[in-house]
Parts: sequence; C-alpha cells; structure tokens
Amino acid sequence: MTDRRQFLESSTKLLLLTGAAALGWDHLQAGEPEKAPNYHTADHWWAMAIDIEQCIGCGNCVRACKTENDVPKEPYYFRTWVERYHVEGGDIERPQVDSPNGGYDGFPEKYHAGDGSKNFFVPKLCNHCAHSPCVQVCPVGATFEAADGVVLVDKSYCLGCRYCVQACPYGCRYIDPRTNTVDKCSLCYHRITKGLTTACCETCPTGARTLADLKNPKDPIHEFLRKNKIQVLKPQMATGAKVYYAGLDGSVR
Amino acid sequence: MDSLLHGVEGFMYPNEIELQWSVLIVLYPFITGLVAGAFILASLERVFRVEAVKPTYRLALLSALAFLIVAPLPLQLHLGRPERSLEMYLTPHTSSAMAMFGFVYLWYLMAVLVLEIWLDYRKDIVLLARSTTGPLRWVYKAMSLGSDNISPRALEVDDKVGYFLTVIGIPSAFLLHGYVGFIFGSIKANPWWSTPLMPIVFLFSAIVSGIALVMLMYMVTSWFTGREISMPCVDTIARYLFYAFVIDFSLEMLDLLHRVYESDESFKTLDFMVHTRLYTSQVIIQIVIGTLVPLGLLALTQLVRLSESARKGTYALAGVLTLMGIFAMRWNVVIGGQLFSKSYLGYTTYKMGFATREGLLPAILLMLLPFVILWVLVRLLPPWHDEPHPPAEGAAQAA
Repeated sequence: MTDRRQFLESSTKLLLLTGAAALGWDHLQAGEPEKAPNYHTADHWWAMAIDIEQCIGCGNCVRACKTENDVPKEPYYFRTWVERYHVEGGDIERPQVDSPNGGYDGFPEKYHAGDGSKNFFVPKLCNHCAHSPCVQVCPVGATFEAADGVVLVDKSYCLGCRYCVQACPYGCRYIDPRTNTVDKCSLCYHRITKGLTTACCETCPTGARTLADLKNPKDPIHEFLRKNKIQVLKPQMATGAKVYYAGLDGSVR
Repeated sequence: MDSLLHGVEGFMYPNEIELQWSVLIVLYPFITGLVAGAFILASLERVFRVEAVKPTYRLALLSALAFLIVAPLPLQLHLGRPERSLEMYLTPHTSSAMAMFGFVYLWYLMAVLVLEIWLDYRKDIVLLARSTTGPLRWVYKAMSLGSDNISPRALEVDDKVGYFLTVIGIPSAFLLHGYVGFIFGSIKANPWWSTPLMPIVFLFSAIVSGIALVMLMYMVTSWFTGREISMPCVDTIARYLFYAFVIDFSLEMLDLLHRVYESDESFKTLDFMVHTRLYTSQVIIQIVIGTLVPLGLLALTQLVRLSESARKGTYALAGVLTLMGIFAMRWNVVIGGQLFSKSYLGYTTYKMGFATREGLLPAILLMLLPFVILWVLVRLLPPWHDEPHPPAEGAAQAA
C-alpha cells in the first residue's frame, strides 16, 4: 500500500526530474546546450564505429565535416575523407586507391561490378589514439588527450612546428593556412559535449559511421564490437586507435 | 584543383600532398652537424693532446660558435607561429624530443662553447683591452667580464677549467647531434626515418662534415692571410676525416643492407623512391660524388706519396665534396622522408620556392650568415697565435 506521504514524495521527485530533463531539452532546442546539465569528461570514453559494408562513398560526411568545422576547401585539407579501394584477385599488397578531393564530391564511376575485383570505400578520420604519437611529440603540449578520450588541439598554443603531422601514421593532420596552426578531427567536440552526435555521423545516410561512448554500458558499440570482426588501422603501430572498423580488408592501410 | 596535385603519383593521403618540412629543416641538422663536428675536432687537440691539429683549435671553436648561433634560426623561420617559440622553454612537454632542443642548445652554447672560448681567449681579451683604443676597447673590457687577472696562476686555473669543460663538451657535442638524429629516428610512423641507427649515423656524419669544414676554413684563411699551411696539421686532419668517413659510410651501408635484406612492408616504396625521385640527390650526389669520390681521394693520400701541393689540392677537393655529400644526406633524410605516402602507395613532389619564407633565398642567406658571424668573431678574437692583432682582412674575404 502506498500511503499519502510516499505518494507525495514520489510524485514530487517525478515532477522535479521531468522538469530538469525538460529544462535541459529546452536549452538544447534553444541552441544553448551549455546551460543543459553539466558534461563530465570522466563519464565518457569516445570512439567511432565504422561499418565498411555500409559506406556508399557519397561524400556527405566529408562535406558536412568541412562545413561544420570550417575546414579549408582546398583538396589537401581534411578532417575526414573517404578512400576507394580496388583490389584485383588476392593482391592485397597492391590495391589501387583513390580519393578525389577526399571524396568531397563523391566518386565518379570507375570500376564495374562483375569484373572479378573487390571494391569498397573506407572513411578515414583521426583515430583518437589512446597512446597518440602526435601527442607524444608536441613540444608544448598544445595537442593533448582529453579525459574523455578525444585528442584535441589548442590552437591558441600550437607553434606550427608540424612535428605532430610527421608523427601521425594515418595522415590525419594538416596545417590550417589561415592560422598556421595544426588542425584535425575533434570528433565535433563542440557537439558531442552537448549530447549531439558528430556532423559526419549525423549526415551519413546509411549509418556507416556511428559515434560511440565506450563508457556508456547501453551504447550499441558494445554489441557492434562483439558481433563483428573488428580491426583498427595499422595495428602494428600500437597507437591504441579508437576508430573501430567492421569488415576492414587486409589491403587497407 | 591546385598545381600541388600535379606532382602526385599513385595515392597519397590527402593531407600528405603538401610537404611539411622544407629546405630550412634540411639546414638545421646540417648546421648543428657542422657545430658538433668542429667542436669534436677542437677537442682532439685539448683532450687527446694531438699537437698537430693545434693551429685549427681556436678556428674550430669560433666556427662552431658561428654556426651554433645560426642553428635555431631556420627552425624559428619555419614555425607557423614563431612568436610562440618561447613556450618551448616555458612550458616544455617532457615527452617531446623537440621540446628538449632549447635546453640541449642552451647547455651546449652557454655552458660549453661560450665558456670554453672565453677561458681560452681571456688572456688575449685582457691584453687587447689594454692595447686597443676607441670604442673597441670597451667591447674588450665588456668581454673580459671584469676579470683582468692574467697572472700565471690565474691562467693555469683557466687552463684546468677549460680542460674540464672540453671533457664535458665532447659528450655534449655527441648529445647535441645524436639528439638531432633522435628527432627523426624516433618517428615510428615514418619508415625512412625510424631506425635506432639514426642518431649514430647523424653523429658520425656530423663529425665528418665538421672536420671537413674546419680543414677547409683553415686552408682558406691561411691562404688569404698569407700564412703558411701547416702540412702536418692538414695531413692529420685529413687522416681523421678519412677514418670518420669510413665509419660513417659503414654505418650508412649497414642501414642500407639491413633495409634491403629485411625488405619489410615499406621497402618496395622506398626502393622505388631511391631509384626515381631521390636518384640524383641520393645515389649520384650523396653516395657517388659526396662519399665514394672523397673517400677515394683521401685513401689515395694515405696510400700514395703525393707532393705537398697535390695533397693540398686533393684535401680541398675532398673537403668540398664531403660537405656536398653530407648536405645531400640531410636533404635525403628530411625531404626524402616526406616524398612517399605513409600508405606506401604513392609519391609527392617537393616544390621549393625562391624568395618565399621557406624558399631557396632565405636558405642561402642562412648558410652565408655563419660566415659573416665568423668573420666578426675572427676580427674580434684572432685565432692565430703568431700575431696578437692581425688585420684578418683575408678571413673577411674568405667568408
């Protein structure tokens, strides 16, 4: 039996909690998510899941990323890009790879089904390594691993020495010609800390890319990692890469 | 699409198309190498008592100082935000090899080189302060730092401290240039750089280039100032150059042999690069013209009894070719390491500007600057023991 006192208590709690959630949602809707309930870095461990089979090479992610993050439009500055692989027979040591304008404009048709080759797309971005070679070499600590697992750059502190660009095995960094400082994927930090997903994941029409929080027990990433054959890029580099690929071919580098 | 894309062959990761480190970063290991090598040659006389090379002792120290002053300039000019460079000293990131540059540099410049030169020249400075007139007198007074005691006892102390400094200086010189090699050798992402041999190869090539530089400077300054070249001196230096070069070449060949025999995943890509884009600078200039020819010339002087003038000519030619070869080696490491994709599937091209911030013109000016500084240093602190105040006009022209 619920007495009147208990009923009042639980009702009040429910009302208050709903109110708090509603308040948070209102702020998100109003474009002021910083006023929403606080973001705690220690509660998250960000990663990304990529399903190779799902990527159709449309370039939505590349365009969305460049727009969202104000990445220079020239064809050699990318926070994310897409590569097309063409593997003939079992020659995984010599794949033919192209990435015209980083996949920004999609891919003009080049290979035809049924010619005995294997063709697929590989979206690339910063791997937000847990043992980042780029972070290790930065002479002033302008690039760092945040407590939530995201590798970030403090543009107001970067010297522009380019050592981190040399140290990244994946080619994920570039020098922004407007600031002469380094830039790279921040996993849309301004979005994910406000409960949103990244621009690339948001615009992916097939769900090939999914933002993942490894510290959230309810995140679908856990099932993704369990059900699929998972690989990271260049595992021999032992960088602790956190972009997990399902169905990654041995020819990909 | 930009013209940069025209230089691409095969597949590069899009962000790799633009080269990150330019000719200025080639100058950096070349210049620090000259410093370390010149200092090590100077140390031979002091620590190992090789009397024959004594005529070059002070010249070697002054050359090392002139080049060391210039060493950080190409780095500074290369930085995207040069105004923030002081942060390397104020908030160094301890896991970064590059962050240590400032400290290694300052230690070597201030604690070793400047102090050693000052101790060695203190008597001369005090005497010059007494004999010179005009504003220069005040320059010497300032340089003496108020220490004008040149009694035999005081000079003996100078000598002892100087000896101690040289003993510390040798490992410091090794540290300075071994460290520069480590900056490249520790980058696991780049198979062209990543080898534990890199610091030691850099070190020996530094010794080779420094010895060649001092030998040439000695011959040129002697010639211009009308002083007779001491043949035992240049013979000894040339012999050391030959030995150091043999070790350096053996190390580089060991590295090459190891790469060829292991043939790891990067080998085909690097092999193709050496046979195409790096062929001229690596095979022709570095290995043939810059190593095998000078080694052959130096070996010739060891095996065959040549006349004095023939030896002088041979040494001069070998010295110039050696410096060319070592410069090409730095070029091939720095530029070569960026011409191929880390995907091992393609190549890009280095397009050097001329009158741009990181172009050929600033590179040439930066290479001339140490000679200008050396000219000033030689005028202020004549390295010749025979005359306390030579005009040193010849050295000016030599520079």
